[in-house]
Amino acid sequence: MAGGQERILRRRIKSVQSTKKITRAMELIASSRIVRAMGRISSARPYYEQLSEVVRDLAAGSSLPKSRYLGQGDESKVLGLVVMVADRGLCGGYNSTALRMAERLIRSREAQGLKTRVVVVGRKGEAYFRYREIPVEGSLMHISDRPSYQDARKIAEMILAPFEAGEISAVDVISTRFLSAGTQKLEKSRLAPIDPDIFASDTKTSYDFEYEPSPEVIIDPLLKQFVESKIFALLLEASASELAAKQRAMAAATENAEELIKSLSRVMNRARQDAITTEIMEIVGGAEALGSSSDWESESQLVEFKNNSPKAS
Amino acid sequence: MSDFHFSLVTPERVLFEGRAQMVTMRSGEGDIAFLAGHAPFLGTVEVCVCKILLPDDRVEMAAVHGGFVRAAGDNLTVLAGVAELASEIDVNRAERALEAAERRLAQFDDASELAAIARARVRLDASQVKRA
Repeated sequence: MAGGQERILRRRIKSVQSTKKITRAMELIASSRIVRAMGRISSARPYYEQLSEVVRDLAAGSSLPKSRYLGQGDESKVLGLVVMVADRGLCGGYNSTALRMAERLIRSREAQGLKTRVVVVGRKGEAYFRYREIPVEGSLMHISDRPSYQDARKIAEMILAPFEAGEISAVDVISTRFLSAGTQKLEKSRLAPIDPDIFASDTKTSYDFEYEPSPEVIIDPLLKQFVESKIFALLLEASASELAAKQRAMAAATENAEELIKSLSRVMNRARQDAITTEIMEIVGGAEALGSSSDWESESQLVEFKNNSPKAS
Repeated sequence: MSDFHFSLVTPERVLFEGRAQMVTMRSGEGDIAFLAGHAPFLGTVEVCVCKILLPDDRVEMAAVHGGFVRAAGDNLTVLAGVAELASEIDVNRAERALEAAERRLAQFDDASELAAIARARVRLDASQVKRA
């Protein structure tokens, strides 16, 4: 019956409306959090820059001392891979593109007979790899909202311990870089070893430093700290990118909900109009049928019939 | 007394930035004090109390949990993985942490417990000198 369809549509519109309220709220929350996340990125920058400055001094003073952390890295041996994704979904392709990229890399290395040791950040990644039976060396979860430096240290610990022991020859990271509020880019970058070229200084005002302890001793903890701070910077950027992706996904969802409500209301209005038209047609048709019948002689008899009929009551 | 530019930087944020007359801390080879015009210097910093003598003779204390120090020209920079200013230290929490770590240490000797004790002590030292 037509009235039934109208009721169903009304219920659907209501549910879409409440979904829209939720997506709108999530969009607003994400956009307010982006500001804070961007603030954290910029307040982490001085540390990273100053630390590079120190390494640059070290490189400028003499040649850089030998360190496990310096070099080009050899991918033809075991590769350590850090994958950074979010704890939660509802952020468009943010998680899936990163995870697919990681899986492709792991599978293609597998095809060449190369081993990859994976450390994953974020619940989504953990579940993804478990489902696909890709072994995960270590995972860190529930931090993508607000990563702290301690979290970066934990990740560094997980992946640098086998690196220092010589079990893996290079460490890469797949994460989303936050270039600006409008652009984020999924990227694979090298964590360790560090290419010494990035410390090559072109400044002439290099000082003649006293070292305490000697450069040979200082270099390893310094570069380790450098890697940690890079992980931290990437974590912060990933967190901000997640929010940006979430904001965009939720804005699109809200818009879709609006459109759906519009088209559903149109269908519902037509259904209601149809029901009304049918009802009128029924009444008119009934009345006409009665009027043309010779059994009924006057209008008063017709009214009498209508009052007695169960449908009119 | 002439002063110089000092900054105490952690990964999360810049903790202190401004002029200072003298800054003392413990480097890898022992206590060290920096005055204006210090020779260019690069070294490690232990878990220690960092004392900053401001140009107006006030003293600011900070707990530094290891890191690096760099002196060059007019600038002195301490890069610390974790550090806090005395005013930000939760004394009660540090005391509780110290007690808990000492209790655990009595049961089993562990480097991480020793490190926890060192951290708590430095926090308490930094905040107490401030109060005294």
